[in-house]
Amino acid sequence: MSTTYFTADHEFLKVEGDIAVVGITDYAQEQLGDIVFVELPSTGKAIEKGATLATVESVKAASEVYAPVSGEVVEVNAALEEAPGTVNADPQGAGWFVKLRLTNKEELASLLDACAYDAHLKTL
Amino acid sequence: MRYHPLTSADREAMLAAIGFASFEDLFTEATGTPPLAGDLGLPPGKSEVEVERHLLRLAENNLSASRAPFFLGAGAYRHHIPASVDHLIQRSEFLTSYTPYQPEISQGTLQHLFEFQTQVALLTGMEIANASMYDGSTACAEAMLMAHRLTKRRKALLSGGLHPHYAKVAGTVARMAGDEIMLAPPDVTASEDLIGKIDDSLSCVIVQTPDFFGNLRDLSGIAEACRRHGALLVAVFTEAVSLGLVTPPGEMGADIVVGEGQSIGNALNFGGPYVGLFATREKYMRQMPGRLCGETQDLDGRRGFVLTLATREQHIRRDKATSNICTNSGLCALAFSIHLTLLGEIGLRKLARVNHANAVLLKERLAELDGVEILNKAFFNEFTLRLKGDAARIVEALARRGVLAGVPVSRLLPGAGLDDLLLVATTELNTDDDRTALVTGLREII
Amino acid sequence: MLDHVHEAQRPLAGGRALDLEEPLLFEIGRTEVSGVDLDEPAPHASQLGGLERKMPIGLPGLSEPETMRHFVRLSRLNYSIDAGLYPLGSCTMKHNPRLNEKMARLSGFADIHPLQPQSTVQGALELMRQLADWLLKLTNMEAIALSPKAGAHGESCGLMAIKAAIAAKGEGETRRTVLVPQSAHGTNPASAALLGFTAQPVPAGPDGILHFEDVEKLIGPHVAAIMLTNPNTCGLFERDAGRIAEAVHAAGGYFYCDGANFNALAGLTRPGDFGVDAMHLNLHKTFSTPHGGGGPGAGPVVLSRRLAPFAPAPALVQDGANLRLVEDGQGFGRMTAFHGQMGMFVRALAYMLAHGGDGLRQASSDAVLSANYLRAALSDLMTQPFGDRACMHEALFDEEWLSGTGVSTLDFAKALIDEGYHPMTIYFPLVAHGAMLIEPTESQPKAALDAFVATLRRLGARALAKEAAAFREAPLHAPRRRLDETQAARKPVLRWTHKAG
Repeated sequence: MSTTYFTADHEFLKVEGDIAVVGITDYAQEQLGDIVFVELPSTGKAIEKGATLATVESVKAASEVYAPVSGEVVEVNAALEEAPGTVNADPQGAGWFVKLRLTNKEELASLLDACAYDAHLKTL
Repeated sequence: MRYHPLTSADREAMLAAIGFASFEDLFTEATGTPPLAGDLGLPPGKSEVEVERHLLRLAENNLSASRAPFFLGAGAYRHHIPASVDHLIQRSEFLTSYTPYQPEISQGTLQHLFEFQTQVALLTGMEIANASMYDGSTACAEAMLMAHRLTKRRKALLSGGLHPHYAKVAGTVARMAGDEIMLAPPDVTASEDLIGKIDDSLSCVIVQTPDFFGNLRDLSGIAEACRRHGALLVAVFTEAVSLGLVTPPGEMGADIVVGEGQSIGNALNFGGPYVGLFATREKYMRQMPGRLCGETQDLDGRRGFVLTLATREQHIRRDKATSNICTNSGLCALAFSIHLTLLGEIGLRKLARVNHANAVLLKERLAELDGVEILNKAFFNEFTLRLKGDAARIVEALARRGVLAGVPVSRLLPGAGLDDLLLVATTELNTDDDRTALVTGLREII
Repeated sequence: MLDHVHEAQRPLAGGRALDLEEPLLFEIGRTEVSGVDLDEPAPHASQLGGLERKMPIGLPGLSEPETMRHFVRLSRLNYSIDAGLYPLGSCTMKHNPRLNEKMARLSGFADIHPLQPQSTVQGALELMRQLADWLLKLTNMEAIALSPKAGAHGESCGLMAIKAAIAAKGEGETRRTVLVPQSAHGTNPASAALLGFTAQPVPAGPDGILHFEDVEKLIGPHVAAIMLTNPNTCGLFERDAGRIAEAVHAAGGYFYCDGANFNALAGLTRPGDFGVDAMHLNLHKTFSTPHGGGGPGAGPVVLSRRLAPFAPAPALVQDGANLRLVEDGQGFGRMTAFHGQMGMFVRALAYMLAHGGDGLRQASSDAVLSANYLRAALSDLMTQPFGDRACMHEALFDEEWLSGTGVSTLDFAKALIDEGYHPMTIYFPLVAHGAMLIEPTESQPKAALDAFVATLRRLGARALAKEAAAFREAPLHAPRRRLDETQAARKPVLRWTHKAG
């Protein structure tokens, strides 16, 4: 059974055991527009919370995605290289970015649940 | 003033429309201080005739290449430019347009850039090229920075055959950014051992062919060594015409190829404006500096071109951009493309062959002189002479006789103990009379 | 497209009367054709050391008439200053006098080599000296570096001189911050980062300019320099520049001024009078050298007395009766091969000689007056992010007035294309939402300004009438309709390749 968390910066984390699937939310892809390139980290890389996890590029903007929690990159979504538009089409499904093995599960406590994220969206 | 369409009456009407009594009032409102009074010690304007007269007087105080047997190279070469090149680049739509930010009304510039990128890629034997840099020397420094980004290392090895100005420009950039440079000592005869200096700490090795001293170099061994150590091979050329005859760097395993494109389509211009060429492998595309033009379609499905991958660039990435370059050398790139279109494959090959043939002829005649030793084994259209005497002084003496004999190595490498070396370049423009003038002049002076 | 044309009247081959389609060079050229006749090479024994090219290059050629046709047809797909108003803010699309082209092509300038004996190029060195003299008098600065190749290269030059000056004081490790306003050109933070500085953003006030009190707080011993554009990219004069300069100087830092907008100031005020230590001058903006579809430019940098010793090589010095270039051991080193954009120096000097001091002052005045005239004529229709106040050489509007119409800044710009205008600069500066930055320059007659205003007002009325669909289709009458930039970036095709079949 997985639990999905969100950040105020519009990332999602689908956590199952000590693995989190990380990507950006539907709201984020909508704001960015057509995504043309996603720069992903290499597998095996250890990433601290708050460090740059990925860079998302649209035609006229490049946005950094910061790691919402610390972890080790165990898998990246290599399919995005050929089809970055998947992030627009299915952000929280096939458009995921990376899988992290969590190194500090306590960090999850600082994230938003679906309800809190929805409330956050309403304030924007 | 003939360039100003507004009349005094217009200005008064316009000031009245915006509610100011005078321009001084408007300026004071906008800046908080009144405009300066007076002419700043500058002369009054001149008529077109007067400007021409003034500048002609300055131009006549230079000995132009068209008035003397001419043998200078060292990074800038005198070739014939077909008349149609200069006519076409002065078309209003090329000359007086901006960077193609609105692609719907800039397809002329954009399609040209796409063709230019393809021509440069073909010529260098690489997969892709950008839409030009300022010149060869700055393209070379940008290649070094790109290698740093790709390898995440910050140390470059520069060949002793690299043009000294290129080495200095790279050195300035490296010193300012806190990166390391290993510059090999001047290598007149292309005999340095670069391979022995390559290790896992290097981001790139920068080698020029034909090199500064005119030698052709086989880069394949260096490319192989670079690959073994995870470094990139940056190949440099300053004489683009050579690529019509010699093995291109791409075929020898270069990862980035940069060079000066001046010698195709562009005049000497006392050093600028020129056009930097920059080519690399497709996989390194996103770390390239400079503008890139790409193919796409419009709403009706018609082929068209746009500037693309702009997220690498300063106007979007700001402090994280791959380079700060904005303006490039568009019109010089256009001249390059038009001249190369006129030449085509057979024309460029023949032009290069004529250049080499003239160099061989000149070399044979110079070799007969006492006090002149030729140091190159393999060369294209430029080689190095060792003279009995100070090359700079001999060049001055020949200039007084109306012969522009070449570039003394000491002009670019002062204090290196190479004062007796003279670089001599020859192109399709040199005649038999030119060669005789040089040979005779040298014989009499040495 | 063309749906008003009866199907039977639709042109068959893609062209439309004078609108001509042109294939790629690679689709019409042949490798066995050349437009240049060359003599046969003299008999010779090849001395290429076994490095002769073995594979074909694959370069197509065209005969001379085909070459003319190809590039003339391409040229006709471009808008140009010569053809119409080109109000790109921040780019300064002014008239490019053809006398300047003629002068730059004089054999005594175009056909001289940068490494000829200096005794044979005294006229060229004298031209550089005169150009330097004009630029120093206009800016009231101490020294000049002529070699930078363009504006951004000039920024690098100025910051390198600053970095060298800081290092000479032994403060290289501690002064690493460059303050850059949020409205700055992207080249500013990029140049700072290139030299290992950290670019710290400086917020402007609600009136679009910097306020001394806000900047003062950020100044300290860690600050290497502040980089200001004046007038700034919103077209507004930074009134506090002088006080900010004093504070930066008192804290041991330097003031870099981005001179991209000097065309608003030439002859009216001098950067040296408001404390500037280094400033580049875009000869291709203020001094009319042509933009050429993206270059070449030229970016000489003027320096204050404090930075003069750190100017790069080469330097021009008077040596008895002669001028001499000092090519080594100068300041922080070398930025480029040779001596700079001589071809642009000739054009810029021709421009200045033609104008004279009073003419340059008139050019700046007319540029400022024309921008304000447009601003005033549009202020009841379009919204300005910082209120309706006197601007310098360009007028900045935002998207606010279009809200609720369904028309974006981009749509509005594309509709201008159909009306026969090059759009203004859009979405820059970033500090204005949906920015539209209009710079008319001094080269427009009043009638052209009035016609432009009338067009903007007609389009504006249409937008406010919520005819958004018409805008989204625009342009309909340009050589191309909107191009798919997403496809271009997702699957980059950067060169022609032979497609089988």
